[in-house]
Amino acid sequence: MTRKQLSQSIAFNSFRLVSLAVVSILFVILGFILIKGIGVINWEFLTSMPKDGMTGGGIYPAIIGTLCLIAGSMIFAFPIGVLSAIYMNEYLKESFLKKLIRTMTNNLAGIPSIVFGLFGMALFVNTLKFGDSIIAGSLTLGLMVLPVIIRTTEEALKSVDDTLRIGSYALGASRLQTIRKVVLPVAFPNILTGLILSIGRVSGETAPILFTVAVYFLPKLPSGIFDQVMALPYHLYVLTTSGTNVVESRPMAYGTAFVLIMLVLILNLLANLIRRIASKKTKMN
Amino acid sequence: MSDHKVEVKNLDLYYNDFHALKNINFTAEAKTVSAFIGPSGCGKSSLLRMFNRMNDLIDGTRFTGEVFVDGQDIYEKNIDVDGLRKNVGMVFQKPNPFPKTIFENVAYGLRVNGVKDKHFIEKKVTEAIKQAALWDEVKDKLKKSAMELSGGQQQRLCIARALAVEPALILMDEPASALDPISTGKIEDLIFELKNQYSIIIVTHNLQQAGRISDFTAFFYMGELVEWNKTKTIFTNPTDIRTQNYITGRFG
Amino acid sequence: MKKLKRIFDKITHGVLFTSSMVTSVTVLLVIVFLFKEGIGLFNQTAVENHVVVVVNSANSVHELTSKQVKDIFNQDITNWKEVGGQDLEITTRSIDDLAGQFTEEELGTDMVNLPTLIDQYISDNPGVIAYFPDTYLKKDFRSKKIPLAKISVKEFISGVEWYPTSQPAAVYGAWPLILGTLWVSLGAILLALPIGLITALYMAEVAGQRLRNMLKPVVELLSGIPSVVYGFFGLVVLVPLIQRLFKLDVGETALAGSIILAIMSLPTIITIAEDAIRTTPRALKEASLALGASHWQTMTRVTIPYAKSGIIAAVILGIGRAVGETMAVLMVTGNASVIPHTFLEPVRTIPATIAAELGEAPFGGTHFKALFALGIILFIITFIFNMLVETVKTKKV
Ligand SMILES: Nc1ncnc2c1ncn2[C@@H]1O[C@H](COP(=O)(O)OP(=O)(O)O)[C@@H](O)[C@H]1O
Ligand SMILES: [Mg+2]
Repeated sequence: MTRKQLSQSIAFNSFRLVSLAVVSILFVILGFILIKGIGVINWEFLTSMPKDGMTGGGIYPAIIGTLCLIAGSMIFAFPIGVLSAIYMNEYLKESFLKKLIRTMTNNLAGIPSIVFGLFGMALFVNTLKFGDSIIAGSLTLGLMVLPVIIRTTEEALKSVDDTLRIGSYALGASRLQTIRKVVLPVAFPNILTGLILSIGRVSGETAPILFTVAVYFLPKLPSGIFDQVMALPYHLYVLTTSGTNVVESRPMAYGTAFVLIMLVLILNLLANLIRRIASKKTKMN
Repeated sequence: MSDHKVEVKNLDLYYNDFHALKNINFTAEAKTVSAFIGPSGCGKSSLLRMFNRMNDLIDGTRFTGEVFVDGQDIYEKNIDVDGLRKNVGMVFQKPNPFPKTIFENVAYGLRVNGVKDKHFIEKKVTEAIKQAALWDEVKDKLKKSAMELSGGQQQRLCIARALAVEPALILMDEPASALDPISTGKIEDLIFELKNQYSIIIVTHNLQQAGRISDFTAFFYMGELVEWNKTKTIFTNPTDIRTQNYITGRFG
Repeated sequence: MKKLKRIFDKITHGVLFTSSMVTSVTVLLVIVFLFKEGIGLFNQTAVENHVVVVVNSANSVHELTSKQVKDIFNQDITNWKEVGGQDLEITTRSIDDLAGQFTEEELGTDMVNLPTLIDQYISDNPGVIAYFPDTYLKKDFRSKKIPLAKISVKEFISGVEWYPTSQPAAVYGAWPLILGTLWVSLGAILLALPIGLITALYMAEVAGQRLRNMLKPVVELLSGIPSVVYGFFGLVVLVPLIQRLFKLDVGETALAGSIILAIMSLPTIITIAEDAIRTTPRALKEASLALGASHWQTMTRVTIPYAKSGIIAAVILGIGRAVGETMAVLMVTGNASVIPHTFLEPVRTIPATIAAELGEAPFGGTHFKALFALGIILFIITFIFNMLVETVKTKKV
């Protein structure tokens, strides 16, 4: 072996080790939480209220709360994100405006989640007087994931072959018709992937909901958009750090972490599945 | 001095399921210029890239058969691939200088092959640039970025870069196809100069070019090597009807 | 019909345009609201509204900083000469102390006599310093109000103590929090950078297609795990481990924060760096290999230099993420607002401070405003990082 080859083989083998380490980090974290949490999971845990100072019972209201926040944020963020991406990719030419929007979107993506929390509190809770409520939390979360939706949708639109658009125009279709009938159907699976990823993000964020919606303990379900709710990630935080009985509520914490991880796993699997189906479809063409 | 004759025996190449080269048998003698001609997509580049194992880099390539360079089976297990590639220079279709200075472009091959001696590198770089007929145009801006050169200059720089490591065999894949006629002329002159010292295999779709510069010509069609012979023979008296059609078709 | 269509087109266009402006407007709103709440801090003293700090009229001290007030009431300063006055013992009195000195009879109904009593008490005691709501300030008050300097930007940023709830004057020095944030992020990036870049290189250049298809989802999953879960994992696994390993009293340390943050910023670094590395044209790599360079030489001399700006962008974005991360850090760093000296001490970051304290800060008070001012600092830091990324990415090397 020459010296050149020796240094290469040393380098590549250590690269392999490092990459392996990254993989094992994931599996250690996943494994730890899944193993510790699985024992706690049962039907009662998922469907009953917490009790005994959150050392027993279940996490039903937190699950419902998180679902409310997912629905609330996606209802407005998804359409706005998709429309915005359509405008950027299908309507705007390379211009100052486009660059500005892109820069601002990137900046929005870079704003720390706790700053979103501050912002949401100042705007929705205090100025608009929504109070701590599902609507305040959903709006905050929705604005936070907007860049994710825009970016994935834009990529989805970009991957649609231009010949399809031109073909459609050539048949006399208008721009809007082309987008609706040709571009969106092709891009749809990838747009869906973006939606799923942002749902994952929304369901896991804590900082933005701390001061806009999340409540420590509320053993009843919300009845309207101006109610407060419990939420899974905040619940986990409370159970681990500031519950009345941190040690005794540990199993509850493992269970909650388990549910959160499962949610992420399922969403990721779903996204990958859709992606795979989509790429197979385009490959056939 | 090795003679760097190239021999191909029963070569079949596949890109995944696509059969790109079909049972190729071919020999290029040392210190001659061989030209590969044929319609695009017929496998000329694929065969050329077999000679310095460039196809190794493409996922999904498979082949059967043997390729010998300088009598050595270059696909043998223990072969030093980097060493092989050092001895077989390659010039690509599109000029692809590194985004470095002109000097560093030419010095690159020496450096990666372990040369440290500054004076030696300087001497070699100068020689190679002169040999590539580029010296007068760049001697005052060796420290400037290679990206500032014109396309034709860039391509000659890429030739200089290949020459600096003193290969015995040079592979050229349509080196002038992306260039204007004047640059093309310069490159052709250059090849003419080089053939005294090097074995050269050149892919071209310009038949006149093949006629002007090569000693031997091989005609490919749909993955097959239809025929190969002295250039004169191929152009004046081809045996296969397909060769004949191709040549006459081109000249009207 | 044609007209209808034109109107319809206009509407569509309007809707699309409006949607695409949402992100820009949001960024502006974030800035407006952060500054609206945060800037107010510098218009105020560290004493809560309507509270006065008073001393005997004979006292030669005319002004105190909020830190001095805090030290005096903490008994860290016990003599007036330490703050430039006479050699006189300091007596401190809070409103509760003051009221407690008198019987209910003396105070009268609804404490109507309290202002007079306070006035009297302070005039009688030359060394006293007291604070109370200004409603108890007698009309012709004979003692001296001590004006506190307004909180200055400089003081806020470079102050080394953060005591937001100390009475009567809070101390808002963000320096330990800024340092804490930088320490934890720096530690994280030192860990994540080599690992992330190596993994990115491995995925982009070395691993075959199949291996890459296995690594990609791993990285995606890592980025999908919520930060509380990382925090939880850190708290129950990493913190005890660090405590045992380094034989510490508490395992909640800057190190724990850095390790968790490192793991969390890995996906960002890996994904962006890998994309950057993939942009290196195949032709350049082939040119290098054709000259006899090994794969490794080609990577170090051609691929990495070419992808340099993208790799730098990955690094900056990674740091940006680390700086802004809240929950995981809050859960594992111990949150002591002191200037860190080693990685084995507890620290407190800006995001963690906001998350931990905003819930208890009275709405609109100085503490509340101070937390928004921290938000401004955080926003500016991350904004700078974002702008750096934009310029690095658009710069042609
Ligand atoms: N990397 C590759 N993957 C799959 N097919 C390829 C690849 N490179 C070349 N081919 C196919 O192999 C055939 C021969 O290509 P090539 O050798 O480049 O032809 P030529 O150089 O004669 O134009 C073409 O049909 C081409 O599509
Ligand atoms: Mg070719």
